[in-house]
Order: sequence, then C-alpha cells, then structure tokens
Amino acid sequence: MTWTNPLRDPEDRRLPRIAGPCGMVLFGVTGDLSRKKVMPAIYDLANRGLLPPGFSLVGFARRDWADQDFAQIVHDSVKAHARTEFREEVWQQLAEGFRFVPGDFDDDAAFERLRRTIEELDQERGTGGNHAFYLAIPPGFFGNVVGQLQEHGLTEQKDGSWRRVVVEKPFGHDLESARELNNILAGVFPSGSIFRIDHYLGKETVQNILAMRFANELFEPIWNSNYVDHVQITMAEDIGIGGRAGYYDGIGAARDVIQNHLLQLMCLVAMEEPTSFDAESLRIEKQKVLSSVVLPRRLDLTTARGQYAPGWAGGEKVNGFLEEEGIKKTSTTETYAAVTLNVDTRRWAGVPFYLRTGKRLGRRVTEVAIVFKRAPHLPFSATATEELTQNALVIRVQPDEGMTIRFGSKVPGTAMEIRDVNMDFVYGGSFTESSPEAYERLILDVLLGDPPLFPRHEEVELSWKILDPILEHWGRKGKPEPYASGGWGPESADKMLARDGRVWRRP
Amino acid sequence: MIELTDTNSAAIAAEFVRARTRAGSPAMGMVMTLIIVVDEDEAEQAMLAARAASHEHPARVLGVIIGDARGAGQVNAQVGTGAGWTGETALIRLKGEVVKHPESVVLPLLLPDSPVAIWWPCDPPQDPAADPLGALAQRRITDAAAAQRGRSRAIHQQCSAYAKGNTDLAWTRLTPWRALLAAALDQHPLKVTGAAISAERVSPSADLLAAWLADRLKVSVARSSSEGPGITEVVLETKEGPIRIARPDGRLATFTSPGRPDRPIALKRRDLPELLGEELRRLDEDDVYAATARRLSKMKVGS
Repeated sequence: MTWTNPLRDPEDRRLPRIAGPCGMVLFGVTGDLSRKKVMPAIYDLANRGLLPPGFSLVGFARRDWADQDFAQIVHDSVKAHARTEFREEVWQQLAEGFRFVPGDFDDDAAFERLRRTIEELDQERGTGGNHAFYLAIPPGFFGNVVGQLQEHGLTEQKDGSWRRVVVEKPFGHDLESARELNNILAGVFPSGSIFRIDHYLGKETVQNILAMRFANELFEPIWNSNYVDHVQITMAEDIGIGGRAGYYDGIGAARDVIQNHLLQLMCLVAMEEPTSFDAESLRIEKQKVLSSVVLPRRLDLTTARGQYAPGWAGGEKVNGFLEEEGIKKTSTTETYAAVTLNVDTRRWAGVPFYLRTGKRLGRRVTEVAIVFKRAPHLPFSATATEELTQNALVIRVQPDEGMTIRFGSKVPGTAMEIRDVNMDFVYGGSFTESSPEAYERLILDVLLGDPPLFPRHEEVELSWKILDPILEHWGRKGKPEPYASGGWGPESADKMLARDGRVWRRP
Repeated sequence: MIELTDTNSAAIAAEFVRARTRAGSPAMGMVMTLIIVVDEDEAEQAMLAARAASHEHPARVLGVIIGDARGAGQVNAQVGTGAGWTGETALIRLKGEVVKHPESVVLPLLLPDSPVAIWWPCDPPQDPAADPLGALAQRRITDAAAAQRGRSRAIHQQCSAYAKGNTDLAWTRLTPWRALLAAALDQHPLKVTGAAISAERVSPSADLLAAWLADRLKVSVARSSSEGPGITEVVLETKEGPIRIARPDGRLATFTSPGRPDRPIALKRRDLPELLGEELRRLDEDDVYAATARRLSKMKVGS
C-alpha cells in the first residue's frame, strides 16, 4: 500500500522540505563539534521550521546528568553559536524532546537505557522508529559504539523505519585504516545509511560550482586543456593548531585537509557532467576523476611541506609549531602541504592541479582558481601588455563567497596599455545574506535521507590511494621546512611552481 | 537622500549612478526591481519593509505615490542608496496629468534584463495584471488583508482576477500552517474525512486555507469565527480522531493528534519583510496558489 500525502505536491515549492518524523542521538555531547556546530544547527533548523513536530535529541555521554542538565548545555551552545535569533517558543518546542542517557561506551546497561529511551520517544513523541546516530567522537571509539548499538538492537530498521549513522572526518589516516573504519560501519549499517560529513560540501559556493559549470553555456566550452593552463586550489588558515595538538600531531595538513576537502573540491571542478544530480550519478563522476589522478614521477620536485616558525602574524607575536603546547620538539608533522596532481583524461591532459593548504598563513581563505592560457597572439606592442598576466576565474569558497573573473582591460588614456582587472560576483550581495550554515544543510539531508552531498567510502579510499605515496615519500624525508608565520608558505612550494614556470596566486 | 523636484526618469537614473559612485563602488549587485505602489500615509512603512526584504534580495526599490490627477504633471523624487546594503531606492511622487501614465516614469528605471516585482501594500487594483504598472512586472503581490475597501471580498476579487504571476500575502502567511499540516499527515498517514478552521471573521488567509484544504483533501471545510489573531485553529478529522493545531495567541501553537500527547509548536505570525522575502524568493508561477485561487473563486464569500 502506498499512501501519498494529499497535502504534498512536488509543485508546491513554498513548503519547506521538512524531515519526516525522526530523532537524533548525539554521542560526544561535550565536544567542540557538538557544541559549536551540531546543536546550533539543530536549533536553526527548528527555528526555520524544518524539523518535524516531535523531533527528539538524545545526548549520550559519561556524565552524571539529568535531562535538564543536558538541555542547559544545548541552551548555552545555542545562545552562543546559533545563526538565527533565539525565540522562546521555538526553544520550548525543541526542549521538550531532549533526553539524556548517562553511560560509558562499553556500558551495556547504558545502551539498554538508550534503547528504552528511544522506544519511549517513539511512543510519546511519534519519532516513528527513525533515528540518526551522530558519532561526534574520536574514530577510535566507533567500533565500540557501533558494536553496542547493534548488540542492543538499536540498528534494526523495521517496518520501513530507518536508522542512520553520521560520522565526521578523519575517515582514517591512510588507505588501510580507512578500510578498517569502513568495515566497522559497513558491518552494521548498509552503505546508504552511512553519512560521512565533509562540511565543505554543504557550503553554498561549493554546490554552486556544479550550477555554474552545468547550468551555463559560457564556461563549459573553455573548461579543458585547450584553454586552461593550470588549476590552483587553496585552503589557508591564519590560525595555528590552537588547542588541537592531540588531534593534529601525527595527522598533519595533508591528511586533515587535502584528503577530504581539497580532493572533493577538485572532483567538482574536474568532473564530467553527471547524468543527473542524484547521489549515485555524482559519485560515479567524482570516482572517475579520483581514479584518473596520476602523481608526477618526482615527488621531491612536485610536492612541498612545511612547519610554521615562530614570528609575527597579523600584528601578533605567535609561537612556532614546535613550541605549541603538546607538540614534541622533534615532530615531523607538516602544517603546510602542497601537491601537484595530474588528471589523465582527454579534458585535463597536461593541466596540473596544484593543491595547497596550511596553517598560520596570510589570511583565512579557500578558493579555486582556474588559470587560463595566455592569448596565442597579442597584436599589441610588448610594452602595452607588460602588465597583463593570465586570465583567471576564481571561485571564492570562503570568506566573501562568490566568483571573480580576471581579464585584461585598457587603461584609460591615449596610450594603449593593458592591465589586469577583476570582475566580481558576490554571493551575499545577489542573494540572501542569511545563507544557511553547511551543518544545517547537511543535518537536514541526513534526516531526509538525501545523500548527494556526502562522500562514499569508495571516494574516501580512492583519495587515500592518491595521498598514501606522497605521505610515504614525506615519511622518508625527515623534517618539514620551516616557513614564516603570516606569510604564504615555504620556499619549496614557490620553487615547486617555478619549476613549471608558474607562480602561486596571492589569494 | 537626494531630493529631485520637477524631474524625470533620466535625471533619477543619473542620480542612481552618482549615488553609487559616491558610495565607493559603481558596480551593481542588484538582482531585481521592486515597484511599490502606495499611499502617502503608508509609504514610509512600506519602504522600510521593502528595504528589510531587500537584504535578502538586493533590489532597486521604486516607491510610486500616485497623487492628485488635477493640474499640470509633475514628478518629484527622493533618491538614495541604502547604508549597509547593496540596493537603492527612489520614492517617486506623481501629480497632475502624469498620474495617468505612471508606467512612463517607471519603465526607464527598471534594471536591465532582470526580474520585476510589484507590490501593492494597501489597496490593489481589481485586476493587477491589467494595471499599467502591474503589466511591467512578472510578480504581482497584493495584500487582501490590508485592503481598506471591501476587505471581506478582496481575496475573492483577487482570486477571480488571477493571472500568472499574481500572488497575495494572505497566501504567503499560510506557508507555516500548510507546512505543519502536511507534516502532520506525514506522521499520520490517514484519510481525512472533514476539516474545520476557526479564524477572525474577516480573514483572507483562512479563506485560502479552506480552499486549499478542500482542493487537496476533497472534503468540505467548516469555517467558524473567533477573536483571532488571524487563524486560531485548524482541525482535520480522521477515523482515529482529530488532528488539531490550535494557536490562540498568534505565537505558540498546540499540536494534538490521535494517540500522542499534546506538543507545543512554534508558529509565530510573521512580519512584512519576512513575507515579502518569501514572495521574492521564487519568481515563477505558483501552481498550487493558482489551483487554490481557482477553487476559492468558485466558493461563496464568507463560506
């Protein structure tokens, strides 16, 4: 029997996509991720009326708390970090669905309590047996928690209800560990029920890459090696590692950022047109890109890494990486990584993709720059075009989301002189100032069961296959090169591009 | 704000460019033109609402005040760019002969090749699509609840004059109600056997809601009057019992459904900028409103 809701109409686009009856169980309630991202996003969703009536949030942690204590934690985090204004009536509606289950990850009694709590919620609040388990905990505990969930019958999907699991990066630290991690999850949940959050994919600008490429006639014809000289993908942070030494040491910039965010961005820029925008078609195209990536032969000449040195950044005196609390003086973890990747397809043959990321760089910025070839012939005198460089199309992912096109223009005056100018499209200027946080979008997609924006384990594994040889190469090479804080990375990175006769953009 | 007296469209357009240059950047980031046809008394409030809405949709906002038609034609305008947002505004006062030809003033001021929306904050024309200014726009927003003349009939008039691109804020106000009712049926996949709505005696939104429910559920919808504000209660009858959403205070509703305890639901009445923002988000035809309007125009006034 199929029942269609007579009040829903696919043409009725005013009605928001409200998730069906469901609840969420949050592991790792006290962590930064939960307090700064997940809880505020849930409130913002409720405030925008996108959560179903009766939505419930169960916290699970080793704390001696009652439901009210948990509600207080959520309240504080919402007050501090929510994007939308705080409204008492929304809070009341949400807070009724808060439950807290105290316990350890290996405490059978606690998971039994969790099961009863969920069953009660199904009864009392009509969550209908649909629950998402959000594992905001270190991956080392995934096995434990997922095993417990299965043992206590919490993962069974009966009578059309669903159970989903949500995990965050890192998805392993190399191919082997990524596979292990996936085996743990896949042993319990079907692959369509595992949602890996890469919050970059929830950003409007990132989704706009697909819209820009495939909804327009203007860009796609030049989107290939006939016109594109090379592509630079940058994610720079101005801060150091802060208090995350425990997480960061031994992981480093490449594992932390390139493996997931930058390779995903590269996929979206490089992929062929998908047959449709469902999860499966997108995954196929992204996988094709990842499996056509080839590393250059000489990794010593085509990669670069560094550690930030003590110095001054943005007017403040800052520590070097090796002086940060919790980092050993002998650490070889890189805080800057740059790699050259070739995509062996007809479209991209001979077009290198330069990916770089680093901490304590000049400013916080993420962008994709498509740099075009010079015009084959310039019918001007050499002096007229001295100031003209290459045309570029820059997708600014954050901050100041938007797009810039750089091209040559005549400088006003009697002499013919051509110089680079920029044409800007600012996302926030043309559309809503309140574009939702990536987490709102992604959590809603989890609850709706809409997976296009979540990387699958095939993509994760292919990404590690690209990165593993580079990491091994670096592992044999000793210490990374120190670079000045507040600048744009180590000298070796500049030399890496200079060898190809190119320079990094100053983002 | 720059005052231009006894002026014309070209001078107003030139002032827009000067104002942008003064603000530091002559580049335009605006996505649409919003025309507001308004009385002198309502003008200030309407322009404020439009400015708030244009935070979400940076727009050139053209307020048009149609004055007395007697005497020689005169166009006066106040032109300015907004501090803190990328849009720009002009409040244009027409009097004399030109009152009969407002489109001649507005047409040269439309942004090139981008959508045009028009909003009548108070009394809309009987047939917005046939109005000379309305014909310039692809989105025509009326507000039957704010009509000063024949308020109880206003929404019926608008529905029977429905043309592609017309919409009414009474419909916009319903979105949260409709979303909640649809979500309620997601949770209780039951056949609805009857429906009832309580609302203020004159409530265009309640009329539209009744038409929508009747159209979608194929049941008759009972209407009863309450003190308000707005819609105060909607009940869907099912064989397992009623699904009821009651909102006595215009803020917090109680959601009652068969076999479940009552739950509070935030259902705040929204203010004008929010409504306008929603209306400007989609500029294509609203098929569901079209169907609802067709249904309502067949129903009797007050039924």
